[in-house]
Amino acid sequence: MADEPKTGGDPVDGVVLTDEQKRRRRSRSLAIGLVLGALCALFYVVTIVKLGPGVLIRPL
Amino acid sequence: MSHVAASDFEAGAVVPAGAGLPGRSTPPGEAAASLAAGVSFASVSDYIALLKPRVMSLVIFTALVGIVRAPGDVHPVIAFTALLCIAIGAGASGALNMWWDADIDAVMTRTRSRPVPAGRVQPGEALAFGLTLSVGSVLVLGLLVNELSAALLAFTIFFYAVVYTMWLKRWTPQNIVIGGAAGAFPPMVGWAAASGSIGLESVLLFLIIFFWTPPHFWALALYKTGDYARAGVPMLPVVAGPNETRRQILLYTLVLVPLAIAPAALGMAGLAYGVLATLAGAALLALAVQVYVRREGAAAEPAARRLFAFSILYLFLLFAGLLLDGAGGPAWFGW
Repeated sequence: MADEPKTGGDPVDGVVLTDEQKRRRRSRSLAIGLVLGALCALFYVVTIVKLGPGVLIRPL
Repeated sequence: MSHVAASDFEAGAVVPAGAGLPGRSTPPGEAAASLAAGVSFASVSDYIALLKPRVMSLVIFTALVGIVRAPGDVHPVIAFTALLCIAIGAGASGALNMWWDADIDAVMTRTRSRPVPAGRVQPGEALAFGLTLSVGSVLVLGLLVNELSAALLAFTIFFYAVVYTMWLKRWTPQNIVIGGAAGAFPPMVGWAAASGSIGLESVLLFLIIFFWTPPHFWALALYKTGDYARAGVPMLPVVAGPNETRRQILLYTLVLVPLAIAPAALGMAGLAYGVLATLAGAALLALAVQVYVRREGAAAEPAARRLFAFSILYLFLLFAGLLLDGAGGPAWFGW
């Protein structure tokens, strides 16, 4: 496989990423995942802080 | 030195409006191929660079002082959330600034290696990143902390990204004077996050940073004049000349030093802070006088460099003093 990304030619092939581009995309995906996880944790903790034990007391 | 008239810098005259749009700079090699294919070549560190981490650290620090000094108690988790949102909001406006200013960043030695002009991040990516973080930080601050601080943060981002970056920066030599307000808002946002109000002291914190900004940036501009002139940015030394800039630096410093002592004089901070602000202010004033006096020869540039470097330390000392004073600090600091 060529090292350089393909920008034209057979449309079936599409764009072929280099190993470096794949590595960077993986690291970006990992970073997005970590940020989303941190946001979930933040919302959970703030909910507990704001509502305290009242978080369990709600009408069904 | 031949000066460039301010009118030469009408938006679009020297630097065309719409800067930073795709295709404005041609990145080298593989990055160029990626751009052509619409494939991102950005690494995580490039996205972090878009947030201007050094500016962000100053924002976090000054916002923390606003939170600590605000009246009333705030839960540490809420305070942390507020700081996080303020930091992300500041970073978002930095990303929007880099998106818009990619063309002038590319011709300035200080900024040419930034992710967008270097071709590692596509302009559209920087724009999407900046907008997403702007909206996200304001929404989260409003939902989890309070509406007033969220509104102030939104205004800060708008002021920096639109009023300063898109309008003032290329139009007037007063760009960093008015635009400096954006950098002065964070302690006020922090104060609002902790107290839900805007107090007199938070306005004082705003004014300290507001009047600190011109001497700080003009000291830098004095020895980077060529950069700014090449980029078509009408900084004061480019438009009015270095001597007028030195005079303005001195004038702003004369306003700044008493303002920085005011929290102690008005009884908002202790004697120890007052002594610190007075000594640091005397040192800053001495350096500003040196810049004013040493106009030519080998001593001129080092004088400007010294003032620029010390101005950063000066602001840090002031806010560290206010932080210690507001947090109780060591017993001796609360005299």
